Amino acid sequence: MMARFTLSRRALGAAALATMARPAFAQGAGGTIRIGELNSYSRMAAFAVPYRNAMQQAQDAVNAAGGVMGGRRIEFVFRDDGATPGDAVRVAEELLTRENVTFLAGTFLSNVGLAVADFANQRRRLFLATEPLTDALTMAQGNRYTWRLRPSTYMQTRMLVEAIRGRNVRRWAIVAPNYEYGQSAAANFKRLLPQAIPGAEIVAEQFPALGRVDAGATVGALGQARPDGIFNVLFGADLTAFVREGNTRGLFERRTVVSLLTGEPEYLIPLGEETPEGWIVTGYPWDQVTGMPTHQAFVDAYRGRFNDTPRKGSLLGYVTVQVIASLLNKANSLDNERLIDALADLRSDTVVGPVVMRGLDHQGTMGTWVGETTLRGRQGTMRNSRYADGADYMFPEEEVRAARRSA
Amino acid sequence: MEWDFLLVQALSGLASASSLFVIASGLTIVFGVTRIVNFAHGSFYMLGAYIAVTIVPWLLEFDRSPWLFFVGVLASALAVGVLGVVMEVTLLRRIYRVPELFQLLATFGVVLIVQDLVLLVWGPVDITGPRAPGLRHGIFIFDQRFPAYELFLIFVGPAVLGLLWLLMHRTRFGVLIRAATQDREMVGALGVNQAMLFTGTLFLGAALAGLGGALQIPRVSANPQMDLSIIAEAFVVTVIGGMGSVPGAFLAALLIGQLQAFGVLVFPKITLVLVFLLMAVVLVIKPWGLLGKPEAAAGRAVLPEGIIDPRPLDRASQGLILVALAAVLALPLLDAYAVKVGTEVLILALAAFSLNFLVGNGGIVSFGHAAYFGLGAYGAGLLVTKAGLPMEPALLAAPLVAAAFAALFGFFVVRLSGIYLAMLTLAFAQIAYAVVFQWVEVTGGDNGLVGVWPSRWAASRETYHYLVAACCVLAIVALRRVVHAPFGATLRAARDSVQRADAIGVDVRTHRWLGFTLAGGAAGLAGGLYAFSKGSIDPTLLGIPMSVDFLSMLLLGGIQSVLGPIAGAAVFHAVKDFFMPLTDHWRLFLGLSIIGMVLVFPRGLAGAWAGLRRRPA
Repeated sequence: MMARFTLSRRALGAAALATMARPAFAQGAGGTIRIGELNSYSRMAAFAVPYRNAMQQAQDAVNAAGGVMGGRRIEFVFRDDGATPGDAVRVAEELLTRENVTFLAGTFLSNVGLAVADFANQRRRLFLATEPLTDALTMAQGNRYTWRLRPSTYMQTRMLVEAIRGRNVRRWAIVAPNYEYGQSAAANFKRLLPQAIPGAEIVAEQFPALGRVDAGATVGALGQARPDGIFNVLFGADLTAFVREGNTRGLFERRTVVSLLTGEPEYLIPLGEETPEGWIVTGYPWDQVTGMPTHQAFVDAYRGRFNDTPRKGSLLGYVTVQVIASLLNKANSLDNERLIDALADLRSDTVVGPVVMRGLDHQGTMGTWVGETTLRGRQGTMRNSRYADGADYMFPEEEVRAARRSA
Repeated sequence: MEWDFLLVQALSGLASASSLFVIASGLTIVFGVTRIVNFAHGSFYMLGAYIAVTIVPWLLEFDRSPWLFFVGVLASALAVGVLGVVMEVTLLRRIYRVPELFQLLATFGVVLIVQDLVLLVWGPVDITGPRAPGLRHGIFIFDQRFPAYELFLIFVGPAVLGLLWLLMHRTRFGVLIRAATQDREMVGALGVNQAMLFTGTLFLGAALAGLGGALQIPRVSANPQMDLSIIAEAFVVTVIGGMGSVPGAFLAALLIGQLQAFGVLVFPKITLVLVFLLMAVVLVIKPWGLLGKPEAAAGRAVLPEGIIDPRPLDRASQGLILVALAAVLALPLLDAYAVKVGTEVLILALAAFSLNFLVGNGGIVSFGHAAYFGLGAYGAGLLVTKAGLPMEPALLAAPLVAAAFAALFGFFVVRLSGIYLAMLTLAFAQIAYAVVFQWVEVTGGDNGLVGVWPSRWAASRETYHYLVAACCVLAIVALRRVVHAPFGATLRAARDSVQRADAIGVDVRTHRWLGFTLAGGAAGLAGGLYAFSKGSIDPTLLGIPMSVDFLSMLLLGGIQSVLGPIAGAAVFHAVKDFFMPLTDHWRLFLGLSIIGMVLVFPRGLAGAWAGLRRRPA
């Protein structure tokens, strides 16, 4: 049986070699630059498919405008990362060895992102993480080859805490999914809250299992603590169940609710009519970017091409490609060491404005929008939103130095 | 705490219990009659929710009346019941004669297919269904507000229980279901049309799952992850209640509902593991669940499933093995990625082989073998990252750590048999998973640990490949020796008849315990090798999907054969690796491939090979 397996592999390998011979040759002669992009296209399709759409849109835009490095085209090779670290590392290996990509980008889950980051470090290849939010990626477990674009858990939590600075809301309850993202968001919130509201205290914490929230019991337990404010980290299906239960039981009435990511279309669309009024959230009000002409052009082109509204993932995918294009132009080389050097403090003009990849912690300054949720018709949207530039919410430099000492 | 709050919390628990019971009752009935561990039950639940969020809003367009809402819910349940019949007629009916475990593999294939079909039909965005008209509001209970719909749900569970009781005791179909649950062979011998009975049972089971899903739409959104989130819990309920016992499932659901509702007050982080802890405790105290009975057929001599006669290899098989070995050695002549995949296949082959040592040879069906694989990986990984040891001692420690845990868990596991044993292994695996997941300071939590790379001399893909090949081939050869040795024969004797083995003086429990420990150790070695091939460890290594993958490899290869699981691991991994880069819908193709192989090779690849050998040329 092993024999059969290797035979098919050999046939495949030969086929792959035959098709690869041309681009490999062309690449040396100044042809297409291939970039490996792995993400959970199957498991996290609601995020990842709009993300890939926008990347293709941006790739075409870059190529139509004359490409990078003086006329070379870029091409993304998309692969499913299987949503587990084991699969992702194998896929990353395939992209590097068989597809001859110059470097890697992508991933969604934090554990997958961290595993690929360490793999990239081992293989000395650039890895531009896009969606993983965990602080560890650029802090304690950061390495020379790993960079991240979107704001981390810490940055987004800090944006929300700044939004409630000075309010007279003292008793807080926290509800977060029981895994790293939820735990570290809760920890960040507890750490930052006393600086924004002196004398604030945490009176209840609930950590339901991810994807399996027992909404009735959780809402009951939170209400019983009689908090003045609630910090929510639930998202997706958990969020919908929590909001419905909380709406019916009046949990959110006369309370300040602060919620991570809830304003992103990925999570607002499923909420629909149930969208709560006046939650302070981070998100992406794509219909309110009129002040940003290039951003508006991106939104219009996306809607025209895919007959769908852009998601947060779409924006992230588009900005990712813009940053990569400016990186290649600056480095003017495909050597990974030179790419890393070029990334340090690289400033790119993107549809959300300038984004700097801070050399100190390899974190991008791409920001996000902070505003309040509201219901318009039967759909949720954001009001009073403003773009919070990530540059104002980065980890303090001394903290980064302490955390990355080993990196 | 105030009484009114405790009352409302208890009501929340009752509402969850009621929903859980509706789903679990279907699972337990299907298992009782057909003996199929139906992984696809969660898929039926998901389909029920998706169909309901499609047709209920359409019905409510005509008239926003509560009646139309419930008509829509019932119609969804019936539609899912029909899908259950489709699965029975097109798939399960063809494989009733093959080993029972094999049907599990087929239902797992269905799970994968349904996941992708749901994405294709309904898209990836969660769909929030309408609330039930007339039950949208909250009802004041003292000064606490409680959703009216949940109050209604509390009564659904007992109503379904009552209807099922009537069905079971007042109709011929119900009497046959009860009879088949007690003794399936006898029912067949009395001339009952088993095909009709099974089709009807699958309809009932799937419809109950669909009803459970459809009833949830006013509470949760229909989403593509809901199948896997419910299936483990549904299994736990059926096992705690006693497989095949509907009142038992009701009791267990009540217990779990209340435990969840009050557990979150005391230990807000424990929800991950609470139900599995409860299941482990119940099974250790009551080996057949709360209201379950030992199988009537348990004492009867039946044709064993598994390795019957481990003959020496014939010429052709020897040749095949030589070719396979040569292929392993020659892999580095191909490209670097082939080496990577080859290394993984070797590791998975060892894991699957060690599982077959339990399942095929010992009759100990483990649903939690990934625990030992993962614990071995963690044992090795922690020594490297925390203690700073190099790869070599860490690799030695991996099987020892895993064997130690296998010995600990196995002590309780080998006291049970059959499906209860399988579920206890699952419970222990989930407890280990939860500990690894929660103990962030040591294990890194769900982010895992990185930096588990081989020593410098073994750092290249090729060298590491040969190291893995040496370890895995040696371990497989050694385990194969054990299968052929008296110890292996003793395990087979204990598998085939505990009483007879006992009568000739075999200490059954100790032998099974040692076998469990040995297999755990071998899986741990595989896990250690895996950790160094990936550079990182994380809790998914111990998860249910990993255990299911191992079972799939083993069943694809064939549990009657000693070496079959190796071929199963190779084919399973190759198929997955082939489809993953091709399409987003690789799970659909993986599922179709599994079902195709189940139908074409009903005794696994090794069975097909043996059949080929026996046929005169």
